[in-house]
Order: sequence, then C-alpha cells, then structure tokens
Amino acid sequence: MKAVLLGATSGMGRALSRLLAERGDSLFILGIPADDLTRSARDLEERGAKGPVGTLECDLLNPSGFDAALARADDALGGFDTVVVTAGLFASQERLEADSEFCRKLLAANFTNTVLFCEAARKRLLARGGGTLCVFSSVAGERGRKPVVLYGAAKAGLSHYLEGLDHKFRAQGLVTVTVKPGFVKTSMTEGLKPPPFAGEPEGVARQVLRAIERGTPVVYAPPPWALVMLVIRALPRFVMRRIGF
Amino acid sequence: MSQLSGWGRFPVVEGIERVSENFEAATAGAELSRGLGRSYGDASLPGTRGGVVARSTRADRLLAFAPATGVLRAEAGLSLRELNRIFLARGFATPVSPGTQYVTLGGMVASDVHGGNHHVAGTFGEHVRSLRMRVPDGRVLEVSAQSEPDLFLATLGGMGLTGHILEVEVQLERIPSAWIYRESRRVRDLDELVEASLEGSRHWPLTKCWFDSTARGAKMGRGFSIVGRWAEPGEAPASPPELHERIAVPPLPLGLVNALTVRVFNEFWLALHGRERKGVVHPQAFFWPLDGLLHWNRLYGPRGFAQYQCVLPIDRDPRVVHRFFEVMTRLGCPSPVSVLKDCGAQGRGLLSFPKPGISIALDVPLRGARTQQLVDALNDVVLAAGGRIYLAKDALTRAEHFRAMEPRLPRFEEVRRKWDPERRMKSALSVRVLGDVP
Repeated sequence: MKAVLLGATSGMGRALSRLLAERGDSLFILGIPADDLTRSARDLEERGAKGPVGTLECDLLNPSGFDAALARADDALGGFDTVVVTAGLFASQERLEADSEFCRKLLAANFTNTVLFCEAARKRLLARGGGTLCVFSSVAGERGRKPVVLYGAAKAGLSHYLEGLDHKFRAQGLVTVTVKPGFVKTSMTEGLKPPPFAGEPEGVARQVLRAIERGTPVVYAPPPWALVMLVIRALPRFVMRRIGF
Repeated sequence: MSQLSGWGRFPVVEGIERVSENFEAATAGAELSRGLGRSYGDASLPGTRGGVVARSTRADRLLAFAPATGVLRAEAGLSLRELNRIFLARGFATPVSPGTQYVTLGGMVASDVHGGNHHVAGTFGEHVRSLRMRVPDGRVLEVSAQSEPDLFLATLGGMGLTGHILEVEVQLERIPSAWIYRESRRVRDLDELVEASLEGSRHWPLTKCWFDSTARGAKMGRGFSIVGRWAEPGEAPASPPELHERIAVPPLPLGLVNALTVRVFNEFWLALHGRERKGVVHPQAFFWPLDGLLHWNRLYGPRGFAQYQCVLPIDRDPRVVHRFFEVMTRLGCPSPVSVLKDCGAQGRGLLSFPKPGISIALDVPLRGARTQQLVDALNDVVLAAGGRIYLAKDALTRAEHFRAMEPRLPRFEEVRRKWDPERRMKSALSVRVLGDVP
C-alpha cells in the first residue's frame, strides 16, 4: 500500500499509521507542525515503513495548500493508492457556544476543508483508476444531540458527503471508508469522563485497517457503538429532547 | 482533578494529570512527570495537593535506532513492552529489565531499575548514554555524563526530582535469541537460599530466588532459585516469542491476599516451581511472570498494598540476612511475591538503589499500624547493617530512617539546590522522605 495520511502524528491516526508501517507500507504524512511530523516519520521508519517516510506541513485550516501537498506526496510515493484523513478539531459544546471564532474554525476544518481535501484526493485517485479514501467522521454526526450540536453538525455533513462519494464513485474504483468513532481515549477526549464502550486508539486502528482491506463503507469503532447509534437513531424526538446524551 | 496512586494503590493523592502526545509542552510548569505509574508507593504522585503531573505515556515514538551499534533513542513514554515487541524479534533487548514490562523508558531512568543480571550488567542507568530533559527552570537541554555530569548522575535514580525526562538514548544489547534457557531448583532453608543466590551469580548472568515469606523455624527461607541466560539460536524455537495477551483482574470489593491465602498460595507455588527444571522458556515467563495478569494489584483490594525492597551488605556480617528474616517472620509478612537476589557493584546514579549485598523484595498487604511497624522494624535491621531501601517500591519508610541510610543524599541535594533552587520539582515521595514543602 502507498498511503498518504493527514493527522498521523496523534491519536487514532498515529495508531493506524504504525500498523501500516509494521506491514511495510510506503507512507507520506501531512499535518502540523513540521518537527512533530519529522519525529513521527522517524518512528514509522523504525517500525518498518518501506523506504523513507516523507513529510510536508499541511494545515487543515489552510485549504489552498491541499493540492500542492498531495502532489508532493504523489511524487514521493510514485502514485499513492490510499488516503487517510484523521485530522480534525474538537471542543466541548460549551466552548463552541462561547467562542464563536473557534467555532468558525472548527466548522471550517471539520467540514468544508476536510471535504476540499477529500475532493483533491478523490480526483487524483480517480485519475489513476481508483483507490481507497478513508476518512474519520464521528458518531456525533448521527443525530442532533445536546452535547455535540455544533461538532456533530460538521461531522453529519462530512458523513453525508462521504456516503455520497461512495455511492457515486465506487463503481469507478474509488472505495470510501467512513470511520465513525464513538468515545476513544485520545488527547482529543482527555479530561472527559469515558463512557462505557470507550475504546483505545490501537483497537480502533486494527478495526479500520480491516475495513480498508475489505472496502467496508462504514465502520463504527469500537463495534458496540454501532448498536448504541442504532438505538439513538431510532429514538423519537420527544425522547431526544429530554435526555442529555 | 483526579485521584492518583502508584501500583500499590496507596497512598492516593489528588492531582491533575496532564497527558499529551506533545509531552515536552505538557511538562511546562508541571511539578513532576510520571509514566505508567508502576512505582509502588508515592514516587509518581504530586507533592502538592492538586499539583500538576505530566504523564509521558503518549510520548512513545522511536526517534533513531542504529542496528550496527544497538543505540536507541526514543521518547520517554515508550513502554518496555512496546520496545520488546519491536526489538526482541530483531535480536535486541534492553541490557537491564525490571520485573514488569509495563514501565516507560523515563521511569526506568528515574528509578534506575535493575534486574536479575545486576551482578554483571549493573542498573539501567549504566547503559543510558544521554537524556533530553526539561530542567526545573523550564529550559530543554541535552543532558549526558559529558555535557552536564552532575545533573545526569543525579537523574539516574533521581525519582524524577531533577527535571522532566523527555527522551532517552540507551544502548541495547544484542541477544542470540529472544528465548531464555533457565534452570531452577528447590532450596530448603535460608542458608541454602543465600548460597544458591551467590553460587548462581558466579556462573550465570541472570539469577533470582523466590522464597516463602511465611515459613518459620527450620523452614525459614525455603523457596527456589532460578538461573538463566539468553538461549542460543540452536536451542531456541525458530520463531521469536509472541508477547501474551493478558487476563484482567476485575475490581474487587475486598482483598484476597491475607495470611491464610498467602500460606496456601506459597505452598502451591513452591510445589509448582520447586522441582528441579531445565530448559528453554518464554522470556515473559522468566522476566515478567506477572505481566500476564493485568491489574494484579487489584487482588489486594481497595486498601492496596505496600512493596518493600532493601539491600543488605553481607561482607561484614553474613548473619544480617537471618536477622532480617527473623524480624519479618516474627512480625508476620504474608507476601506472595518475595524475591531475593544478590546485587553487584553500586551504580553511578547519585541515589541509585543497588549496592553489593543481598536484596530482598516483599509485597505486603496494608494492615494499618501493623504494616508501618513491620517496615520500621525491617528498616532498623537495614540501617544497622549499612543497607538501604529502594525508593521506587517504598510508601512507608520514615524520613529519619532514609536519611540515615543514605550518606549520598547531601550530594544529591546539592545538585537539586543548584538546578532547582526554588524547588519547582517535587513529589509526594520527596515531601515524605526528603523534607520538601508541599
């Protein structure tokens, strides 16, 4: 596999990139800041990635750099076949309600800019007959819920986009894998009280790698969240209005 | 704010644990750093109530490895288990391994850990080449025996009190295979136990002895001795060993470890392992037998337990080990994991634990004043013998005992005064035994 990863320096992206490295895949990592990328690249090389792991600064808040970054990754890898996006912003609903500037950033990063990055990646993959686009959305996008009104709205839009992409382009060889993590213990969720079925990034990474290999369109991780969200989706509005979940 | 404790789950201290992939940033302004929290007592707990402790476990990247020389550089939160998973199959191991793999590189430096090969390999710190540290005034420096000798030596075994260890550069050892050839045999009493340890160390690179802490009288000190070495490729299985997945102990409403259960367990354990055995075994069974049982500290129940480890010099008076055992059995010490091993030369770390003599480690369920009394009485024996205790294991030693055992303390305190005049770094341990102000 020749994979480009946006967000591989931390959390689930780090765990997934390590699994790919241990399989001997060729990797190119995008993100910020540059020295953090370099450290992760050395880590992936020592863990078995094929050849040097390329790095380039690419900020999810700055979409004008996306295509150039993917072009560099394409050159370095000799044509990538897989793109993984784990990058994103997170903040509590309280903070987003209070800080409209950060709210704007989060909505832009998690929806508009992620979609723009995926569009740039999609075009490159389709031009060579397809590949895999694996993007981390969230269970927060499944239903309008009190603790994740704003974050969830961006993720809902992203999940919708990814579903459409999969329907439209799978026949042309572009496989879209949408990952919907529930609660996973990473720096993003640090300080929040873990609910039941909270997962570890390493476990989620193993699940996602299987999904990439099989072309599974939607992955709930850890698996019990598939059932939890099935119930949440089925709840009538008057119930959702009363519960705090 | 969360409730923090070490592996013994005693004491429990309120603190703020700051954890991030960006460990360097997380250590800014923190009064201590901690890794996997495997020191038993209060070494990894904040010195002030609600103090900030940076946790390194997400800073676990490999930064450089040179197969030709075996030199590894990694972030301080890399666990020994992950290191072993990656490097055992490549023919490398850490030259020193403690009794569990669930420790971080930073923790191994801060406690200057030792293992069954202490008599030949010394402590972990002997193999550390360089450290990247956030020193107490906030600067980030490369610290080695050449660049900052006083700080470097104070940091090996310095219990994290000299600054935050961010990266560790360590010399790995090339191993012939990742399996262990081991022999074990039963010993009937304390004389045999000590002799088995000393005799084993004359011929083998890896030695340790398990003993039944509840046996009294003529049987006092009975147990078994284990010796070993890395297996040669010809005698080891062709494939590298898989590190086993773990079984977890659930939270228990009360402890299962008491005088009765330990007596039964020790009989069983001795019957199981006390036979003469020779052969190639999995490294986990040899080095880290308890790693297969996740959360084994829960067996002691919500009250937790204390570890106690000391080293007793025997060159002046070999009978000191007997005196130690007599006090231990008289006051009663139901310890299921009791290990005796002879130590080699003292390391270069200013507060490094081991020194020549017999080291004894005990797990003790906490029973209020009785446990404190036991530790005090054992410390009296240790002090009289010119020995010392291991801070990474300790929760109950009194400051006056520790100071009396530790003639090297003024040199360590001098380094702290130089690098940390405002005492920004402190832990619950340093408040308890070094007199830091909370």
